[in-house]
Amino acid sequence: MSKRYYSQPGDRIKEFNPVVVSRYRGFTRANHWLTAFSLIALLLSGMALFSPYLYFLTGLFGGGQTTRWLHPFLGVLLFFSFLVLFLQLWRLNLPKPEDVTWVEKIGDVVKGDEEKLPELGKYNAGQKFVFWAMSGLIVALVVSGVMIWQQYFPDLVSIPARRWAVLAHSLAAVAIILVFILHVYAAIWTRGTISAMTRGTVTGGWAWRHHRKWLRELAGRERRDPAE
Amino acid sequence: MTTDPNLDSPRTAVSNPPIQPMPVNLGPGDVVRASAMPDLPAPTRELTPVAKLIDVSKCIGCKACQSACAEWNDTHPEIGFNTGSYQNPADLSDQMFTLMRFNEYENPETGDFEWLIRKDGCMHCEDPGCLKACPAPGAIVQYSNGIVDFISDNCIGCGYCVTGCPFDIPRISPTQHVSKKCTLCSDRVAVGQGPACAKACPTQAIVFGTKEDMVTHANARVEDLKSRGYDKAGIYDPQGVGGTHVFYVLQHADKPQLYSNLPADPKISGVVESWKGVTKTVGLAAIGLAAVGSVLHGLLSRGNRVTAEDDREAKELVEPSLPAQDKEA
Amino acid sequence: MTNSWTDIRNTDLVIVMGGNAAEAHPCGFKWVTEAKAHRGAKLIVVDPRFTRTAAVSDYYAHIRPGSDIVFLMATINWMIQNDKVQWEYVKNFTNAAFIVKDEFGWSEGLFSGYDAEKRDYDKSSWEYVVGEDGFAQVDMTLSHPRCVWNLLKEHVSRYTPELVEQVCGTPRDRFLHIAGMIGECSAPDKTMTSMYALGWTQHSKGSQNIRGMAMLQLILGNIGVRGGGMNALRGHSNIQGLTDVGLMSNLIPGYLNMPTEKDSDWATYMSKKGFKPLRPGQTSYWQNYQKFMVSFLKAMWGDAATAGNDWAFDYLPKLDVANYDILRMFEMMDKGQVNLYFCQGFNPLLSFPNRGKLTSALSKLKLLVVMDPLETETAHFWENHGEHNDVDTASIQTEVIELPTTSFAEDDGSLVNSGRWMQWHWAAGTPPGQAQRDTWIMSGIFNRVKKLYQDEGGPFPDAILNLTWNYADPHEPSAEELAKELNGRALEDVYDLKDPTKLLAAKGKQVANFSQLRDDGSTMAGCWIFSGSWNEDGNMMARRDNADPDETGAYLGWTYAWPMNRRILYNRASADMQGKPWDPTRKLIEWNGEKWTGYDVPDISPTAKPEEVGPFIMNPEGTSRLFTRGMMRDGPFPTHMEPFESPIANVFNPELRGNPVARVFADDLAQFATSDEFPFVATSYRLTEHFHYWTKHNRINSALQPEFFVELSAELAAEKGIEKGGWVRVWSKRGSVKAKALVTGRIKPMQCGDKTVHCIGIPLHWGFMGAARKGWGPNSLTPFVGDANVETPEFKAFLVNIEPIKGEAVS
Ligand SMILES: Nc1nc2c(c(=O)[nH]1)N[C@H]1C(S)=C(S)[C@@H](COP(=O)(O)OP(=O)(O)OC[C@H]3O[C@@H](n4cnc5c(=O)[nH]c(N)nc54)[C@H](O)[C@@H]3O)O[C@H]1N2
Ligand SMILES: Nc1nc2c(c(=O)[nH]1)N[C@H]1C(S)=C(S)[C@@H](COP(=O)(O)OP(=O)(O)OC[C@H]3O[C@@H](n4cnc5c(=O)[nH]c(N)nc54)[C@H](O)[C@@H]3O)O[C@H]1N2
Ligand code: HEM
Ligand code: HEM
Ligand code: SF4
Ligand code: SF4
Ligand code: SF4
Ligand code: SF4
Ligand code: SF4
Ligand SMILES: [Mo]
Repeated sequence: MSKRYYSQPGDRIKEFNPVVVSRYRGFTRANHWLTAFSLIALLLSGMALFSPYLYFLTGLFGGGQTTRWLHPFLGVLLFFSFLVLFLQLWRLNLPKPEDVTWVEKIGDVVKGDEEKLPELGKYNAGQKFVFWAMSGLIVALVVSGVMIWQQYFPDLVSIPARRWAVLAHSLAAVAIILVFILHVYAAIWTRGTISAMTRGTVTGGWAWRHHRKWLRELAGRERRDPAE
Repeated sequence: MTTDPNLDSPRTAVSNPPIQPMPVNLGPGDVVRASAMPDLPAPTRELTPVAKLIDVSKCIGCKACQSACAEWNDTHPEIGFNTGSYQNPADLSDQMFTLMRFNEYENPETGDFEWLIRKDGCMHCEDPGCLKACPAPGAIVQYSNGIVDFISDNCIGCGYCVTGCPFDIPRISPTQHVSKKCTLCSDRVAVGQGPACAKACPTQAIVFGTKEDMVTHANARVEDLKSRGYDKAGIYDPQGVGGTHVFYVLQHADKPQLYSNLPADPKISGVVESWKGVTKTVGLAAIGLAAVGSVLHGLLSRGNRVTAEDDREAKELVEPSLPAQDKEA
Repeated sequence: MTNSWTDIRNTDLVIVMGGNAAEAHPCGFKWVTEAKAHRGAKLIVVDPRFTRTAAVSDYYAHIRPGSDIVFLMATINWMIQNDKVQWEYVKNFTNAAFIVKDEFGWSEGLFSGYDAEKRDYDKSSWEYVVGEDGFAQVDMTLSHPRCVWNLLKEHVSRYTPELVEQVCGTPRDRFLHIAGMIGECSAPDKTMTSMYALGWTQHSKGSQNIRGMAMLQLILGNIGVRGGGMNALRGHSNIQGLTDVGLMSNLIPGYLNMPTEKDSDWATYMSKKGFKPLRPGQTSYWQNYQKFMVSFLKAMWGDAATAGNDWAFDYLPKLDVANYDILRMFEMMDKGQVNLYFCQGFNPLLSFPNRGKLTSALSKLKLLVVMDPLETETAHFWENHGEHNDVDTASIQTEVIELPTTSFAEDDGSLVNSGRWMQWHWAAGTPPGQAQRDTWIMSGIFNRVKKLYQDEGGPFPDAILNLTWNYADPHEPSAEELAKELNGRALEDVYDLKDPTKLLAAKGKQVANFSQLRDDGSTMAGCWIFSGSWNEDGNMMARRDNADPDETGAYLGWTYAWPMNRRILYNRASADMQGKPWDPTRKLIEWNGEKWTGYDVPDISPTAKPEEVGPFIMNPEGTSRLFTRGMMRDGPFPTHMEPFESPIANVFNPELRGNPVARVFADDLAQFATSDEFPFVATSYRLTEHFHYWTKHNRINSALQPEFFVELSAELAAEKGIEKGGWVRVWSKRGSVKAKALVTGRIKPMQCGDKTVHCIGIPLHWGFMGAARKGWGPNSLTPFVGDANVETPEFKAFLVNIEPIKGEAVS
């Protein structure tokens, strides 16, 4: 079996006519949606505390007290859930030389003019940005979140440190929400992407259009390793 | 204490309060500020500001105020340990809203030893950092007489008030998960009684009345102290938080830190200000723009669609690897 | 108190020495803050520790425990040297002019007449020269070398500022500053008040400490005046009342004397009481002694007390020793001479000295009955509480019965405060559980004992069988009935002595006050000084009129002050020889040419002419005493005596140990230590947060002061390697305790000559019962010896050692 450079175990051509490519295993998808769920719950519960205008959101969780109680646990859930996701995905999110070109041609990305872009592996630079931004911000949120976690760590840090932590937490929360919006928007804008995380597969055309190197590697692997 | 119905606020706790029942005199209509309620309706009337004056130079550190506070508020401070000090419990807690802090001081100017005993507790700031920080609507309110009160029913126990307070006052109950601090006995003041601690104070080191009266009284006390050689005696009514409704007479007003680290120039921390200020506006705007923008753009643009060409290319690419039986299909 | 709490606000200078008023009497202390805030009064504190009182003082000086006499005598010396004397007062109102016998003298720390064998003085030389007219001789010019003034002058001349520094460890400049402040109060329009308590009383020469200040106050002219006085701050809320009705085993109610074995009959007893005036025209109020005594005996035995049986004088027990004080009782108990001990509202295991001895003594009882609302350590002395009460329960055979009582808040009655105000109070709560009033329990016991005597007889049943017991409910006399009985009533019609037609009190009526008491059996009164508190005008103790005309602080309509509702004792001395107030702004009473008028009840017959009758009518001299004659066991002047355990030898006589006439039991003598072994001076005291051993049962008080600690200087801590908040062991020759260390700058090492004296402070509120953390308190360590005159234990100065230890105490 040849080495994988642009794909990971489980990625394979699933059907040939029409071409259907497996992009995420069931476990990864479940992992992703747990992560997504916790972040959304965090977002809602956090935003409830963020602004008086959004305090009504506490209603979703059964009131202010439960919201306050739940939010950090969701944060912890998010952290571990994302950690598992991270361990699966980090390697393919490492930057590659072609990412530079991709970023330089961001105008063509936005126009959807993919032919002018370099061929890509499983992820483009945008996705990698989301990945690393999420990773970094989640760490920041966990750390700052624990520092302000009144119920369990009331005396963990001094009050001045706590002031900085809550400021950092809010800023990180704002940032991660922006990243989140970007991520979801990109997933929707790039039609055909959602199925990667729902059914686990993408169409051959999608793979050809957006992640050609990834597709080539999978196709190559099929050739060298006939099914029989 | 006044019993005159024409006076909206008590005048002094020095004399005995009324014994006949009085209707509750502090209501929702007296709230001038409430946490996380930017659109609070205007108060229906304006009460005369009140204040509790703590004359440190008269305080004998007897802790009668501490026990009166615990009794009145029905708290149950825990029986801790001796940590090598008269200060017990060691710190404020959700069960101990006020605490005598003891500091020993060798005065280098006079060569005299001094034992500076300060009653710590909520200062009832004119510009309360706790209220500013609080995310829960109506969990912290300020009445037009100046009292800053925590309304436990609305409190969610997040602890933001702890970060907001420049005096390190609020404490979150680890069992009830609500923030606790001195209420300035708003429940007593509302019915014409002075604070329990002032009532209990044997030396009248604590007095209560209108802020105006208390300032006059404090000035007289400062004069007395000056006549006893405390040249720097003065009032501690920090303007950084807009003045306070609990304030001190200090022998050494130039060095408040001597009194167990009373802050020299307290104000709401800049970090808190920017957290509650610019972060919120800019953050909300950015998130709002991003969300609305992406929805609009999502609706208007076609998206990046896979073409038939792409599908064919893909098929061609994977063709060679087709299992034999499928190739003909 | 000679004055009252409210009067303290009238002063110019407060000296708190021998007490810690802010800590132990915070509510009373408010009058000090009033004087400071409204009169610009100054506050001086002299204490081994910088106390909470010192925290609000204007001037503080430290003093080695047990050295106050030196300080006080030196202050008097300074007043004399610097002419800070209220001369007119001293000449006329004190015995300064009286001539003393030639045989009287002092040398090497001892007065004339000392008998080392008996540990007692022959006091016959401590007397005035009495002329052939039967009156004491005086020299109003004060030039006679044997007049009291010149003897005093000579006596105090030894007490210099240098001696103060050497013996008290008080820096010379601090002493001089204080002397200067006090000296200002010799002006007739300046007064000083002295507030003291145990820092002076709890010494083997405690009474002499107080004498010292009383003399100073007389020299300054501060007795009997507004804002002056000798103000003993009493302890338990009703300890004054208890003292009034006979706290001491040698007294019966109203400070009358318990007869001794030598008083073989009524006539012998009374022969010592007829105080004849020592100066012409004087009153000597104790001339009325017989009236009070007969009225007391009539209150006790009613119809059974008749002229024929000497008013049942024989029913009274007769003392075979000077005193059956608590120390003696426990000594006897320890010797196996006591079978049954009733412990009512008393927790001696924690509150009396040498706990080891107390435990041993209690273990020898057959029966211990404890009447208390709380579970006291005394009631549980047999219970093993680990190191906190390490007894061998199995070996203790004492049967213990706990009878739960109510407490003050659960019954009606009166409390007498330090200012002698008898304040009626009403029950504020219902007793919990099976708690019963003390009166119910006592009645139950009495009725049963009486029944036993009735049924079975006994060697001398009369005193029991004839005891008056006419209560509506014989099982529980009411507070009202008892109060009325103490006030007294007419048993026959009582007529005016000067005008026999004038009926003063009809038979069966309450007497108006003690002037209506008679020695012919026509009146009864349980406690003559209380007469007037519940008369035909009603319960005077329940009055609550806070009117205070001209703001003198007298409050004559508020409750009732004994005697006669008088607020300031000796108030006649507030006016000069002509009866004009020394200071018109401080007028109390004034002679208007015919009688005394003013704000207070005159402490003299209202028509007694100022030039004739002296202000101190309880003394046959009519004056106060700078020289006490034979009234004190340990000397007519205070002389410096070291505590029994002291790091320093008596400077006047290194051979002397403690008070040379204090009673010491042989076993205890062996347990006194020297500073070679126990180098540090310990003193014990209370904290505001607790009341003795009760409030450790209360959770809030316990939270405010949770755990036993000792206080020591930063210097001693550094020397011994003791850390703030760390554990230490403190031990004396009698026991050992563990405590948290409170290292403080409020206690300083004192330089006494070439010796550095370290002081260790030990608060007393911990034990092994209740809510607070278990601890010890000081009495595992304290010495078993009392004051020579009144047997108050020497709790305030003893020797200990200290070391840091590791770890938590276990129980
Ligand atoms: N909070 C509280 N108040 C109380 C009580 C209580 O238990 N708790 N108890 C009550 C009772 S029963 C009493 S009798 C009173 C006692 O009232 P106080 O006599 O005022 O109380 P203490 O704390 O025993 O001692 C007072 C001071 O004497 C100092 N002292 C010790 N030795 C000497 C000495 O040799 N010379 C001088 N000048 N000072 C010395 C001690 O340092 C201490 O500060 O308090 C009453 N009030
Ligand atoms: N080392 C040292 N020892 C000291 C002192 C010191 O300064 N140093 N101070 C001494 C002094 S001044 C004092 S006064 C003593 C105090 O010593 P104690 O009098 O032995 O101590 P208290 O704890 O006051 O005990 C009084 C008891 O009375 C009970 N009581 C209260 N109300 C009632 C009632 O209505 N009826 C009955 N039957 N009981 C009641 C209380 O519950 C309490 O247990 O300690 C003395 N011991
Ligand atoms: C409604 C919310 C979300 C939707 C619709 C969504 C959708 C998707 C889709 C379709 C993919 C596959 C994209 C691809 O493989 O090219 C994907 C990948 C991924 N998503 Fe989400 N997602 C959501 C929320 C989240 C959240 C909250 C997180 C993280 C906190 C997250 C983290 C990721 C990661 C890490 C990947 C893999 C891509 C990479 O590693 O760069 N997603 N998501
Ligand atoms: C990862 C672990 C996280 C922890 C432990 C955590 C903890 C906390 C805590 C303790 C608070 C204070 C309020 C409360 O007690 O509920 C808080 C507030 C908040 N959190 Fe988190 N959080 C985490 C993650 C996140 C994430 C991922 C987001 C982003 C959506 C977020 C958004 C917020 C927001 C917006 C607030 C309100 C801040 C403000 O009022 O300015 N948190 N968080
Ligand atoms: S804990 Fe403080 S900041 Fe949080 S809701 Fe309660 S009062 Fe407001
Ligand atoms: S002192 Fe602190 S808790 Fe009190 S009002 Fe000011 S900010 Fe709020
Ligand atoms: S004002 Fe009331 S709540 Fe505040 S410290 Fe005093 S007693 Fe306690
Ligand atoms: S009650 Fe008054 S004197 Fe006592 S500690 Fe409190 S403020 Fe000080
Ligand atoms: S007994 Fe009560 S009223 Fe008197 S000083 Fe003590 S605490 Fe105050
Ligand atoms: Mo006492």
